Amino acid sequence: MIIIDKEKCLWCGTCVGVCPVLAMTLKETYVDVDQERCTSCGICVKACPVGAITMTEGSE
Amino acid sequence: MKRLKYDVVVVGGGPAGTTVARYAAKNGAKVLLLEKRQEVGSPVRCGEGISKKILQKIELEPDGGWIANEVAGAKIISPKGSVLELSEDLAGNETGYIIRRDIFDKHLAKLAATEGADIMVKTTATGLIKEGGKIRGVFARQLGQEYRIEADVTVAADGFEARLSREAGLKTFLKLRDVDICIQYEMVGVKTDPLFTEFYIGQSYAPGGYVWIFPKSENVANVGIGVNLMFSKEGATPKRYLDKFIASRDDLKRAKIVEINGGAVSVSMPPEVVTKEGFAAVGDSARMIDALTGGGVMNGAVAGKELGEALGKMAQEKLTPNEALKEYEKNWRRRLEVTLARNYLAKERLLELTDEEMNDIIEAVGSIKLEGLSTAAILKAVKEARPSLAEKFADFL
Ligand SMILES: Cc1cc2nc3c(=O)[nH]c(=O)nc-3n(C[C@H](O)[C@H](O)[C@H](O)COP(=O)(O)OP(=O)(O)OC[C@H]3O[C@@H](n4cnc5c(N)ncnc54)[C@H](O)[C@@H]3O)c2cc1C
Ligand code: SF4
Ligand code: SF4
Repeated sequence: MIIIDKEKCLWCGTCVGVCPVLAMTLKETYVDVDQERCTSCGICVKACPVGAITMTEGSE
Repeated sequence: MKRLKYDVVVVGGGPAGTTVARYAAKNGAKVLLLEKRQEVGSPVRCGEGISKKILQKIELEPDGGWIANEVAGAKIISPKGSVLELSEDLAGNETGYIIRRDIFDKHLAKLAATEGADIMVKTTATGLIKEGGKIRGVFARQLGQEYRIEADVTVAADGFEARLSREAGLKTFLKLRDVDICIQYEMVGVKTDPLFTEFYIGQSYAPGGYVWIFPKSENVANVGIGVNLMFSKEGATPKRYLDKFIASRDDLKRAKIVEINGGAVSVSMPPEVVTKEGFAAVGDSARMIDALTGGGVMNGAVAGKELGEALGKMAQEKLTPNEALKEYEKNWRRRLEVTLARNYLAKERLLELTDEEMNDIIEAVGSIKLEGLSTAAILKAVKEARPSLAEKFADFL
């Protein structure tokens, strides 16, 4: 499961643009993650310029 | 659900989308521009460097408050500190003016509106209306109201996120090595030269990318970094490298940060097609960024003008929608593709270079008299200094 730290997030859209399965959407003040679609590839975690994204084991 | 009908719906109010809207409306099309943010142009996600050629490329006057500073050229600094100075006209599409992107983008939106384009802000395109293989418009939402917006041509100018171009089925998904991830601070109290943009290259500064200092005025500059995603093994890589760079510099370390932006740029080739029936992508959404410099404002605007003009001919019934899209594909490629391909190859080679090799190249090229700087002269200088390096570049120089 992908967790985004809203306090760190810059709403820059980097994670959205690199996600290979279009699981993310940039809203004006947050990033929406479609956890069902996410394949846990981890690319967004490495791509976030400020380290706002973490991936935890399992779903919910 | 409200229904709207236009000749052209443009999604995204950046330089690409606003320019499409402006030229399509100017040439007679009924245009609607959607921007999901509440203010066109803000927050800024850009180093704000651009060549002065933008004035003539999309017919702008150098007024309206969007120019912050004018620079004489660029300095490219190698890991050991060798400097290559390039005059403004040789320095590529990111040097000339340092602009205020928030004011610039809004200025372009105003030009579009003045030509008659309708604009809806705080309006998100939530998906494409697809019928058979054809795209017929977008679904959108503004302040809780749902819209179905039909159009003869839907334009994806939705930037790096590129959700729409990917949903449409264009091959705009990116490989890791084709993405640079960025962070930038606007800093006050910097003591760098306000007349030059500076680019620091090499693995030690910015793996696979560079650190930039773009002066906005006497003591204010955008200080930012792009790192190739291939070299980012964990989150916050750009921030760590940029903070290290700033801490090591007497002319920066006491400066104050008044703004932080993040973002990413594609450093890829554009896909083989950027159009489909009833659909076109433009700008970052079509991966038109220059892979060597990471600059995308100029290319997005140049391609946007081509698309807007073609769609104008469609509205005047000189071309069918399909013919207009074909004309756009042909014209934007004629304007941009050779340089995009060459600079993509250059970026691929640079990714493989060690810091020592970068030093040798900058030293060799730096020894050439500026007036004589041509690709042949560069190759010759590199050949004399390091024959094996010249071979690496021989095929495309
Ligand atoms: C840190 C950084 C520094 C850069 N520095 C430079 C530089 O110095 N010089 C340069 O030339 N280039 C630079 N670039 C690249 C440049 O910013 C882009 O190439 C340029 O903004 C592309 O313009 P565009 O119109 O294609 O997209 P954008 O400017 O990204 O505009 C896209 C717009 O679409 C909107 N949008 C997205 N999805 C939707 C939707 N579903 N519905 C409605 N609206 C939507 C977005 O909110 C946005 O306003 C930099 C990029 C970054 C990240
Ligand atoms: S990449 Fe990081 S900072 Fe940027 S929008 Fe995604 S979570 Fe936020
Ligand atoms: S982990 Fe991969 S699939 Fe999941 S949101 Fe991040 S980039 Fe997308």
